[in-house]
Parts: sequence; structure tokens; C-alpha cells
Amino acid sequence: MAAFLFSRFLQSAVLLVIVSIIGFLVLYLMPGGPLSQYALDPGMTQEDIARITEQLGLNRPVHVQYLDWIWGLVQGDWGTSFRDGSPVTQVIARHVPATLLLMGSSTVIAVAIGTWIGIRGATHRYSGFDYIATVGAMIALSIPTFWFGLIGIYVFALRLDWLPAGNMYTIGDGSVLNYLHHLILPSIVLALVHIAIWSRFMRTATLDAISQDFVKTARAKGVSERRVVMKHVVGNALLPMITLAGVQVPSLLTGALVTETVFTWPGMGRLFLDSLGYSDYPVVMGLLMFSALLTIVANLIADITVALVDPRIRLA
Amino acid sequence: MSTTDFTVTPLPRWWQNRVVRKFFGHRLALLGLVMIALLTLACIFGPYLLPYDSLYIDLRARFAPPLTGDHYFGTDPLGRDIAARLLMAGRISLLVGFFAMLLATILGTFIGVVAGYGGRVVNAVLMRLVDGFLSFPTIFMLLALAVALKPSPLMITVIIALTGWMEVARIVEAEVRSLREREFVLAGRMLGLSQAHIMIREILPNCMGPIIVAATLTVARAILLEAYISFLGFGIQPPLPSWGNMLNGAQQYLGSAPWLAIIPGAAITIAVTSFNFIGDGLRDALDVRNDNF
Repeated sequence: MAAFLFSRFLQSAVLLVIVSIIGFLVLYLMPGGPLSQYALDPGMTQEDIARITEQLGLNRPVHVQYLDWIWGLVQGDWGTSFRDGSPVTQVIARHVPATLLLMGSSTVIAVAIGTWIGIRGATHRYSGFDYIATVGAMIALSIPTFWFGLIGIYVFALRLDWLPAGNMYTIGDGSVLNYLHHLILPSIVLALVHIAIWSRFMRTATLDAISQDFVKTARAKGVSERRVVMKHVVGNALLPMITLAGVQVPSLLTGALVTETVFTWPGMGRLFLDSLGYSDYPVVMGLLMFSALLTIVANLIADITVALVDPRIRLA
Repeated sequence: MSTTDFTVTPLPRWWQNRVVRKFFGHRLALLGLVMIALLTLACIFGPYLLPYDSLYIDLRARFAPPLTGDHYFGTDPLGRDIAARLLMAGRISLLVGFFAMLLATILGTFIGVVAGYGGRVVNAVLMRLVDGFLSFPTIFMLLALAVALKPSPLMITVIIALTGWMEVARIVEAEVRSLREREFVLAGRMLGLSQAHIMIREILPNCMGPIIVAATLTVARAILLEAYISFLGFGIQPPLPSWGNMLNGAQQYLGSAPWLAIIPGAAITIAVTSFNFIGDGLRDALDVRNDNF
């Protein structure tokens, strides 16, 4: 177990370094890079630009700049936003809760529905339900999230007037119910793709578990079919799902960005787009790095959880 | 014993192929293939048959709902014919999707083969690079790159490929690693064939099944990603239409002109679903290990 944890932490550390190099190269590609905020100022002479380049250390070799940048990141110095001059870490921290709320609630929906569809599909293999679930999942994976969001707004907000068309809460009404009311549509929209993914993986995992010897043993002992499925099959099938939850984080963030745009949800995705619009590169870079960091940490947590839950790894 | 006096016309050679027969036995894959063929033909020839040009602005006919006169799908806020724009947009979206797939597949296959066949160090470096790229949410990376590089259709194709090669690389790497110890590869080595020859002529043809399946699904993904960034305003730039940027201003007219949003989105969904169906059929026909689907 200790050896497993050590090697897993080491892997994450290596991955962090690689991710930071990729991120730095993207930053380096940005037109004008950190200088772009001065480029539009007509009072700037060539000498001023050269002086700022010197001051910011942009004329140093690339690897020195990289080391300097990464050292800043490690120390918590993620730069300051061009827009309002506040530290990038603060700007991001303000927008994280909204995104986590959206991601969390849609994950709950996706796991609940997806797991149910997956188990039912596997236990009733090649039935009408299984066929519809398979085709439905393929179609769900093909629907652009933003379009599904627009259709949802059109039907449930504009035509039926059941749900709000956007925003996180009504101004002046901070009650929990009001938040929940605003949360329903965006979390269902974000969940659709992940219901499809969860149901397919759960189906495969359940089929894998059903064919195991311990299931035959349980059946041979006369355990009722319901109990075999609920206890022996599902318990084992859920194990790989923990890993899947970690792997899904980047795609969840991608979906969140699009969903937040359609529903004017004040999260990280919305912030990312706004920052792109204002050429606020420090925030853009900060979000790019933060999202990758979130992915790596989520995968690490998922793997450690599996190790703790699975006696085959825990006791090894 | 009586002799049979009728002759059996032999089936054409291509139909005797097990893979072809299995693929055509897959109803959804066939449906997908027909849909893509129709969509492609419509996008190629359709614009010449429609009464309106995709760029013709008619301010007297703004926001015409579908089936008004000759405007089969209605008109947009500038009075341009949506049917004409949809087909012109389809050309761009399908081309971007196809070429992004081609680039991503070539890049992914190259890295996968080198990583799978190379030594431990080469493998570790390349596969950690794959992991690194996979750690970024695709859309964050795409948008950052789209802003960094100028968003022409060519550049959009390149950056979609740059964020979509990792899956192919992983699949090919796993395949090559399992093939490299097989007898025919050892035999090739004993015959003194060069590394490059073994990689390209001996191992690669045996990986074609998984590569073809992954490539088909990559087209679907690329079309979807182009739609995402164009919808967000960082992809294909107007006046050039794409399915994504046709939806760009649609939200503000959702209440009064819902067809502005519904029609291009339906086109995207149909195209992407069709490619996913084809990929599923190919996976069955080529006997590629069925991981999730």
C-alpha cells in the first residue's frame, strides 16, 4: 500500500511538471504575451516597450522564464488580472464554488440515472430496454451541450415557464429553494452526456462482474437473483466507476464551460470566456493550469479511494 | 442422383468479405452511412439548386419562419436564407471535421507507433506527454489556442487535431506493444529488416482496425468541437458560416425565432450521430475490442 501510494504520488508530480510545460508553451504562443496590455496604448514608444520587456524579464532565455514562472506558481503567485488588478488566485477562487456546485449536482444526477440504466441493461441484456439505452447513449453523446441547453430553455423557460432561463439566483432572493430552482435545468443539461457515459461503463462493468466465478458460487449456493445482483455484482462493478469519476473531470469542466455560457452561470467557464474577451491572459493561464491541476488531483483521489476500498490493493 | 441444373452466380468479391458483410448487416451503421452520404451530397450540390445565395441579405424578409415562400428553413436576422447558409456551413463543418480527423489520426498513429515500438524511455516520455495533454479540459485548451493563433478555418482544423490525437495514440500504442513480441515481428527482425520497415510495413497494417474505428469517432468529436468553439465566437468567423457560428446569436432570439437555434443544432446532431453509428458498426465488423460501447 505504501509503495503504491508513493509511486502514485510520484506519477502525479511528473504529470504536473509536464502539464506546466505545455501550459507555459501556450502562454508563450499568445500574441504579444504579457506585453499585449500595453500594445494598444498609443502613448507607448518603442523604448517604453523595450524597458517593460527588460523589467518583466521577457528578454531572458525561455527556460529561465519558465523556471521563474513555475516558481511563482508554486509559491502561490499566479500573477494579477489585467482587468481589475486583483490576484489571479482570488479571481479564480471567487468563481470556483459556482462551478463545483454545478458539476457536483450534475454528477449526482448522472451517477444515479447512469448506474441504474447500466445495471438494468446488463441484467436484461439484448432486451428492448438495453437496445434503446445503447442507441440513446450514442445519440446523447452526439448532441451539442449548448444546443440541448437552448432547447431546454426554449421548452421549460420560455414555453412552459416552469424554470428560470439563466443566472444562479434571482437578485434579492437568496433562499436555498431559489438556488435549487435555478440549478435544475443547467445540471440536467450538463448531466446528459455523462448519463450516457456512466450507463455504458456501468453496463460493461456489470457484465464483467456477472461472468465472475464468485457470482456462479453465490447462485449455486441458492442466493436469490436479486441479492446476487445487488450485493455481489453491483458492489464489484462500482469499483472501476470510482476511477471513471476521476477520468471524467476534464470532460465535466468542458461541459461546464458551455453550460455556464448558455445559462449565464457565474463559474469558472464563464470567467474563462470573459477573460478571453478582455485578453486577460494571466486569468486565462491561471484557469488553464487550475483546471489541469483539478484533473490531476481528482485522478489521484480516485486512485487512492480505489486502493482503500479494494482489498486486493489495500492488503498488497 | 439428379444433377443440379441451375448455376449460382457468384457474389461479387467485395461482398464475400466478412467485414463488409458484417458492416452492412449493422442497421444503425448503414443508416449513418446513408445520412452522411445524403448530407455530403446536399452540401456539395444543394447550394446550386436553392433559389437564394447564402450571403444574400434581404432586410425585408428578416426572421421569416420556416416554409415562408421559397425559404424552406426560414431566414436569419439579416434576412439571409437559412437553408442556403446551412448547406454552405455544412461544407465548412464537414471539411474541418474530416481534415482535423486526418491530422489527428496521422499524429496519433505516429506517436503511438513510436511509443509502442520504442524503448522504455521513449515510451515513458511520449505516453506521459499524452497524459499531460489529456489533463486539460479540451475546450479550455482549444479556446486558449484559438486566441493565441489566428482563427482561420485551417488553423481551427489544426488546433482541433492538436487536442484530439491522444486517444488514437493510446489505442495504437497498446496495439503495437502487444504486436511487437509476435512471431512475425521476430521473424522480420531475424531477416534483418530495418526498424522503420518493421514498424510501417509489418506492425502498422495489423493495427488498422482500431485506427479506422478511432478515426471515425474522431470525425464526430471534431465536428462537435468545431461547433463548440464557433458557437462561443472563437472558431470559424462570420461571414463564413459554420454550423456552430450559425447558433452564435441564436440565444437572444430564442423566444421569437426558435428555428434559428433548432435547425443548425439538429444538423450538428444528425451528422455527429451518424459518424458515431458508423464507428459503432465498424467496431463490430472489424472485431475491435469493445470497451465501452
